[in-house]
Amino acid sequence: MNTTWSRFNITSIVLGFAFLYLPIVLLIVFSFNESKLVTVWGGFSTKWYVSLFHNQGLMDATWVTARVGLISATAATVLGTLAALALTRYTRFKGRVLFSGMVFAPLVMPEVITGLSLLLLFVAVGLDRGFLTVTLAHITLTMCFVAVVVQSRLITFDRSLEEAAMDLGATPVKTFFQITLPVIMPAIVSGWMLAFTLSLDDLVIASFTSGPGATTLPMKIYSQVRLGVTPEINAACTILIAVVAIGVIIASLANKRREVQRQLDEQAAQRG
Amino acid sequence: MSSAAVTTQSATPATNAGKSVLARLGNAFVGRLVIIIPYVWLLFFFLIPFVIVFKISLSQTAIAIPPYTPALDFSGGISGFLDQLKQLSLDNYTWLTQDALYFNAYVTSVIIAAISTVLTLLVGYPIAYGMARAPATIRPTLLMLVILPFWTSFLIRVYAWIGILKPEGLLNQLLLATGIIHQPLIILNTYTAIFIGIVYSYLPFMVLPLYSALEKMDYSLIEAAKDLGCPPISAFWKITFPLSLPGVIAGCLLVFIPAVGEFVIPDLLGGSQTLMIGKTLWNEFFANRDWPVSSAVAVILLLLLIVPIMLFQRAQARAQEMDR
Repeated sequence: MNTTWSRFNITSIVLGFAFLYLPIVLLIVFSFNESKLVTVWGGFSTKWYVSLFHNQGLMDATWVTARVGLISATAATVLGTLAALALTRYTRFKGRVLFSGMVFAPLVMPEVITGLSLLLLFVAVGLDRGFLTVTLAHITLTMCFVAVVVQSRLITFDRSLEEAAMDLGATPVKTFFQITLPVIMPAIVSGWMLAFTLSLDDLVIASFTSGPGATTLPMKIYSQVRLGVTPEINAACTILIAVVAIGVIIASLANKRREVQRQLDEQAAQRG
Repeated sequence: MSSAAVTTQSATPATNAGKSVLARLGNAFVGRLVIIIPYVWLLFFFLIPFVIVFKISLSQTAIAIPPYTPALDFSGGISGFLDQLKQLSLDNYTWLTQDALYFNAYVTSVIIAAISTVLTLLVGYPIAYGMARAPATIRPTLLMLVILPFWTSFLIRVYAWIGILKPEGLLNQLLLATGIIHQPLIILNTYTAIFIGIVYSYLPFMVLPLYSALEKMDYSLIEAAKDLGCPPISAFWKITFPLSLPGVIAGCLLVFIPAVGEFVIPDLLGGSQTLMIGKTLWNEFFANRDWPVSSAVAVILLLLLIVPIMLFQRAQARAQEMDR
């Protein structure tokens, strides 16, 4: 089959990945630039990282972002998993079309619309803009992404496992926690991580819904980018990339290990 | 195991029957909750906000906090409500039609999004095709490599291009040093920069659905066509492309819809000279603090996108049915 992977295919993949990764690599390289000019190499230095940690505004924003991300990702994972269950397990209920519309539409909805509409809701109900409103907004956006990730796992889920558990006398709730949940756990974990990084990244919705004292890191980076490109921002971006990359790698390694373990268990079960 | 369960069940039929009725009621209730909780959440935080946007787009601008006169406040009873109904106006919408700026912004946004979508398809298709034909052992790694940039901040990825596209940026340095050009190219703050930004940022959204469509394809069809003397290019147009159409449609919608309302890319890469509706809405809201007009801008943008969004939802639902 190797012959089908022609030179054309290899070239397009190499070029495509170069296009995807080169800008990020350059950004990281220039965060170690001695010179204040971002585009002229002046020697290796980590001074921008040092100055980063003395930038109180940036550190405060990082703290706010981390808390918003942790809380909203966790809540969104619960809500998104419920939504995925509702969509896959209940094929018929009143307003199902509306429901699936509300799950899928936020995935493509321009952020300016979502941001504006949520802000107007918060104003209408008299909620002060700040930490709480950003968190609520992020839960709403990211739960839909979680729902899609978990749903794709639930569709391929072998339901005879659940039927077997219930035939043996387990209640549906117990079946869910003992059978279904462990099987779909990898999807839930990657849903959580997706929700967390989306919250970490969001500029537009946060700008609309946050208030004084709840400036998130992207808002801070954005306001500094508008003033000009500096190596310090490159350094901040590099740290953010590193955190996400390490998280993704750890999660995929853990997933792989669980997969291998499962295969070993299956082999053992077949032999025994 | 199963025989044990059967014996315990049959041993105490009466208590079990009572229990199972209660359990069934409880389970039905839990089943309801699975639907109700996310449903109510989305109604409150996704659907109702649109109603509010629509409502405020019909109200007057006021210099106050919040900066609009409340439309539809039920505290005044029925007569008060009727009074307010009379105050509702389409002024903001008339305003939008009178100023050519808004019309141009809508048209430009749709055109830019359409061109970018086609460009993303042209760039993404060979990548997805190459991935689908790759040896099965390295496919998961390639897939991971396409998804990974998606985990990196959108803002950061757009920001990275500023340093590359600037007049004294890395691209111009490279081109000048190699002697391909003698004058630095002006790319930043033009529409070209917006195209590059959109293609770059949305590429994974295009590649993933294309890949999943192409991977499922049966390549013996191509071999058969080749054996029957069909040249590769027409085999592609007659077999591969039609079979990948669901992926093409999903990918194009995933790129087109958000690109129309894109704010970060035109703002950072397009500069002040370029016009896109997401930026207009942002400025109307943050710079002019005109909430009713920005609401009207949002309502019209939503109307523009409602058909593509419904197509997207239907495509998603259909893909789900096929996976079952």
